[in-house]
Amino acid sequence: MSAKIVKMEELAKDIFCYEVETPLIANKAKAGQFVILRIHQKGERIPLTIADFDREKGTITMVFQVLGKTTLLLSRLRENDHILNILGPQGNPSEIKDFGHVAVVGGGVGIAAIHPILKALKEKNNKITSIIGYRSKELVFWEDKIKAQSHEVLVYTNDGSYGKAGLVTDGLKEVISREKIDRVIAVGPLVMMDAVTKVTKEYNIPTIVSLNSLMVCGMGMCGACRVTINGKIKFTCMDGPEFNAFAVDFDELKKRLNSYKEEEKICYKKELEKC
Amino acid sequence: MKEIVKTAVPMREQPAGERIKNFDEVPFGYNEEEAIKEASRCLQCKNRPCVSGCPVAIRIPDFIKKITERDFQKAIDIIHETDSLPCITGRVCPQEEQCQAKCVVGKVGDPIMIGRLERFVADWELKKGLKIPEIKKRNEKVAIVGSGPAGLACAGELAIKGFGVTVFEAFHELGGVLTYGIPEFRLPKEIVKAEIERLKMMGVEFKTDVLIGRTLTINDLFELGYSAIFIGVGAGLPRFMNIPGENLIGIYSANEFLTRINLLKAYKFGEYDTPVYIGKRACVVGGGNVAMDAARTLIRLGPEKVYLIYRRTIEEMPARKEEIHHALEEGIEFLYLTNPVRFIGDENGHLKAVECVKMKLSSETDESGRKKTLPIPGSEFTLEVDEAIIAIGTKANPLLQITTQGLKFKPNGQIEVDEYCRTSLKGVFAGGDIVNGSATVVTAMGDGRRAAMAIEEYINTKKP
Repeated sequence: MSAKIVKMEELAKDIFCYEVETPLIANKAKAGQFVILRIHQKGERIPLTIADFDREKGTITMVFQVLGKTTLLLSRLRENDHILNILGPQGNPSEIKDFGHVAVVGGGVGIAAIHPILKALKEKNNKITSIIGYRSKELVFWEDKIKAQSHEVLVYTNDGSYGKAGLVTDGLKEVISREKIDRVIAVGPLVMMDAVTKVTKEYNIPTIVSLNSLMVCGMGMCGACRVTINGKIKFTCMDGPEFNAFAVDFDELKKRLNSYKEEEKICYKKELEKC
Repeated sequence: MKEIVKTAVPMREQPAGERIKNFDEVPFGYNEEEAIKEASRCLQCKNRPCVSGCPVAIRIPDFIKKITERDFQKAIDIIHETDSLPCITGRVCPQEEQCQAKCVVGKVGDPIMIGRLERFVADWELKKGLKIPEIKKRNEKVAIVGSGPAGLACAGELAIKGFGVTVFEAFHELGGVLTYGIPEFRLPKEIVKAEIERLKMMGVEFKTDVLIGRTLTINDLFELGYSAIFIGVGAGLPRFMNIPGENLIGIYSANEFLTRINLLKAYKFGEYDTPVYIGKRACVVGGGNVAMDAARTLIRLGPEKVYLIYRRTIEEMPARKEEIHHALEEGIEFLYLTNPVRFIGDENGHLKAVECVKMKLSSETDESGRKKTLPIPGSEFTLEVDEAIIAIGTKANPLLQITTQGLKFKPNGQIEVDEYCRTSLKGVFAGGDIVNGSATVVTAMGDGRRAAMAIEEYINTKKP
């Protein structure tokens, strides 16, 4: 299926938000799921998390940062343009129930990914503390949307240009020191999720991370997204994307994310030079 | 009594030294004179053992006779009675184990090259322009899940019967394993496209990027007004060996490697956006057709050395003889009675070597009827490789099991069916690898056809 872009917005520098018309996916989408898309006939397949969905309008919303050729080309599409192929909703939905007090940690574009999780947690009457981190002030987006779904929000920037100066783990430690936390959910760059896991392990707080492995098929037939969970091979697309953080081999995944760094650079540079 | 010509007409093919530099098809196919000469060797036996060896029971002696009479149209019409995709089966069927294995001439010389003759008439028709049978439309609609060989065969058969047919495919391109799995040099994608085009001309509707189980469920399909559903989703998840180091960079499942190459054209990286790693020294683990496809693809992409590691001997290899022969000709080094025990990486997590152990065959057999293998203690050795492809088979994708209430599965995750491809759910039929495990294209096609007949019967007898 292809999907028409009904609304686009540049949320911050190089961070875009697209609302696309795809009634079948919108109808089934749940918090924690993603789509696989391809934008031209010679393009690659990439996964993007569903950041919001509206069943009545038949739309889903995706937020992405321009990091390579595919996201660059995607950022050049405008309202009424079509995304050539979109498949979903993929992956298992987040486990949502009344956990008590949940600390939800988001970093970078991962902040868009925690949005539907917050909504679902709120519906189940959880107390929610969100801790969100950006590199700097000009990359801040969706603070209002996160606030609307949380009881408390702590905002951090690495350079202190907005909110508190520091890392999301500083905020997490602060919250843990003053309140009982029943569950932590972290979505963001792998280093951030790894750091969060190191903190929560110390306090033995059940922690869920949403892994951002490289993917090709997104439906279990290829194994490109395989990760080691408790010493066993699991597929992020079929068994995840959310996993018990304490079981994840983060070091291996960090290396696997670099599999095609050189090729990605070449592709991106070539595309930039075209303009 | 007709005099037996013991030697088959040889198939002209690209020489090994040439073909490892391209992805073009290896055998060229018979021309008219060659086909007629080969067809004339057929004894036209009364008891037709070849037909019993064919999973879809093509009237083999009859179509061969038509070739000798130069009536190629009638020849292909006969094949089409039971085989919807002859351009494909003529290329990828293991004829040497099926129809040709039963050929009477084969007892004294080369069997009749039935596959090559099938390919000849199928290609003849393709070149001439496809003929679409006249179809009397019916009101009922059937949904087909998966556009691989089982789904396409089922779709073709149902379309001829007049049903409205919609095929749902999860990938962005149609064809299933014919497109993502089997390489261009063995099955040109143009041929797959032409066969799909024929189905479109017959009114079959195709929907890509729909994963049944996620985008829509089996139940949704009934609610959308489909009277029956055929599930032909294939074998699904790749198996890994579960040995240390298997997630190192440079190690692929055969499915991933072949999908990157065949579906996403990663070998034309630069023009296409999907990358693939090609090492200097590579190994493929496994002994089936998929392992041969992976090894032969690799050798075309430039590694200095490609090994094929297999734990038994050439005798037990499940791959087609022709594939093994082609792989050896193309310079792939086979390491028999060898099994990887761990992969060794460098500081960046990239594969640099594989440690293997020598194996011996035991006298006992396993559940598949093949001899069990045992490692020889102390025989470990290390092979320097920076790329490895794991081609040891697949297992069923659990998605439909998780999302379809009431559909019965075997303990290994395959769907349970009866002899008419009927599942435990009324109106739901299944066939191909999701039922049989990893089998052949023609077995899957045979299932698709049988299911189509059962679906027709089901719809005709269904009370309104």
